[in-house]
Amino acid sequence: MATRPKPPAVDGARAALLTPALLIVTLGALAPVLVIALYSILTPGDYGGVSWTVSFQNWLNVIAERDFLTDEMTLAAAHLEIFWRSVKLAFLTTLLTFIFGFPAAYFIATRPPHRRDLWLMLIMLPFWTNLLIRIFAVMQLIRNDGIINNLLLSIGAIEAPIQMLYTEFAVLVGMTYLYLPLMVLPIYASMERFDFSLAEAGYDLYAPRLRVLQQVILPAIKPGIIAGSILVFIPSLGDYVVARVLGGGKQLMLGNLIGMQFGELRNWPLGAALSLTLLAIVAVAMVIYVRTAGAEEEPHG
Amino acid sequence: MKTKPIIWGSLALGLLAGQAAAEGQLNIYNWGNYIAPDLVTKFEAEHDVKVTVTEYDSSDTALAKIQAGGHGFDIWIGSSAYVPIYVQEGLLAESLPNQMENFAHLAPKWVDVEFDPGRSYTIPWLWGTVGITVNTDMYKGEINTAALLFDTPDELKGKVNVVPEMRDVMGLAIYYLGGTDLCTDDKELLVKVRDLLVKAKENWISMDYSTLEQMVNGDYAATMDWNGPAMRARLQNPAIHYGYAATGYPTWMDNAAILADAQNAENARLFMNFMMDPENAAILSNFTRYANGVAGSEPFMDPEMLDAPEIKVPAEFAENTYFARTCSPEIEKIYSRIWTDVKK
Repeated sequence: MATRPKPPAVDGARAALLTPALLIVTLGALAPVLVIALYSILTPGDYGGVSWTVSFQNWLNVIAERDFLTDEMTLAAAHLEIFWRSVKLAFLTTLLTFIFGFPAAYFIATRPPHRRDLWLMLIMLPFWTNLLIRIFAVMQLIRNDGIINNLLLSIGAIEAPIQMLYTEFAVLVGMTYLYLPLMVLPIYASMERFDFSLAEAGYDLYAPRLRVLQQVILPAIKPGIIAGSILVFIPSLGDYVVARVLGGGKQLMLGNLIGMQFGELRNWPLGAALSLTLLAIVAVAMVIYVRTAGAEEEPHG
Repeated sequence: MKTKPIIWGSLALGLLAGQAAAEGQLNIYNWGNYIAPDLVTKFEAEHDVKVTVTEYDSSDTALAKIQAGGHGFDIWIGSSAYVPIYVQEGLLAESLPNQMENFAHLAPKWVDVEFDPGRSYTIPWLWGTVGITVNTDMYKGEINTAALLFDTPDELKGKVNVVPEMRDVMGLAIYYLGGTDLCTDDKELLVKVRDLLVKAKENWISMDYSTLEQMVNGDYAATMDWNGPAMRARLQNPAIHYGYAATGYPTWMDNAAILADAQNAENARLFMNFMMDPENAAILSNFTRYANGVAGSEPFMDPEMLDAPEIKVPAEFAENTYFARTCSPEIEKIYSRIWTDVKK
């Protein structure tokens, strides 16, 4: 087990060098979160904005609301449904990107070194295109008058177009396509460092292929899988654009719900409370990931 | 370093030029694609003014930006529903367009309006209605009913789009269920409205703003829509017709007003007067396919606009309309809750 180098002591010059980065982190990341936290305990203004009266109503309204007819407290069913859909779709996206991304990463890592760059470039190529254009490309594929439906119609496999656009399926396809590179790259990075002679040793000891994959390769590249999962899960959870364009505006994700509060519904404090809730879900997910990753990494180190 | 003086010199020149030209500037804040480029060129040539148009896509975004200040806009163009809010929040200058030279051209029905009695702040920009656009190749039944959206016939199930404008959808539904007030606090009626909308949504294919291309391509068989895109769709596909909800449909008007903190108020006044000229109003209508509020603009309009059923409301439905407005914050709060339940 290689010992980690000790972190160097922080002297004056180093502290000075750190300051700009710390400033940016403080001003660019911490300060906005504090503003959001402050807004979440204020009262919504009549025409957007906030009025400066402290109220914890917004936090309650994240999960519960007063029925406007009977005036009794009930669960905010719409919010919970949107929460559930977001978590479900983010999880499924992570799973799908892994299923598609792992073989791709494996394939690239087992090419001769001078060819890998070409394959990697192909994976990253979509990143050079604007996100919206990529989503509209998916739309062209799956719309009723789109490429897939027209192809299936022309070969007689179906009689009427399959409704794929504006469904949860469409959102899932869109997100999987968008975030696939974020899964492939970290897995590839850890696989590239993996010594494939270990796998060969496994074969020499008569381990079947699946067993080698399970007990030799997967444990070694686990950090890459975890990093990839985090990179995919978090943006999927907060997705706004894919759900808006491919979901047809009636399969809301958390991002859309938050967006509505700052726009047409003019309830900034509730929007702020919902944003922090999203942040909390992400934090909990991160802790779980890191815990499970950390706990099992020790013996292999 | 010989370049330095040159840089400073040109910077100073630029500043001078900027100041010299500042008298000839006008900054307009408008909906997207909602002013005819020819009109901008014409105004610039007539008054030696450089016009900059900035676009917005949501009334609430625009309101937030103007409230925040420091925007640099002189003229705001936006919905009548928001005019009272702008006035109440002190965002508009009382520019008295009713004393301008061209004010006499305004159509009488658009002078003494509820949202700006006597027109002390605003002038009409364009006006229109919200209705239901139907592809009659795909649906043969009656099109002048909100039932297409709320009790969707079998042929249209899964082929109807509803534009996600909360206040318009709520209004159509309230009137469809027999209500008589866009801003109702009749909670039992509102529960019925919610149940109707939640159930109706199962038959909607989407809730999307863009409708033109989908209607023309046949992705949608029907959609709730504004009359302008409805006419544009019909010009591309003659089977597309615009229906009026017989139970009650919204009429709206967009207006132009000078902002309280306008830097170029004089040019803004020139522009307001310019827009009340019948010929200029017609140029605007021809581009956007919406009616304007200026009498005598008809001779300058494209012939196909004059008898277009989307613009000239048929006599039988002329009375079945209500004027779009914003409700009190208490009522809006209930509407927001219903809307969240619908959109989820």
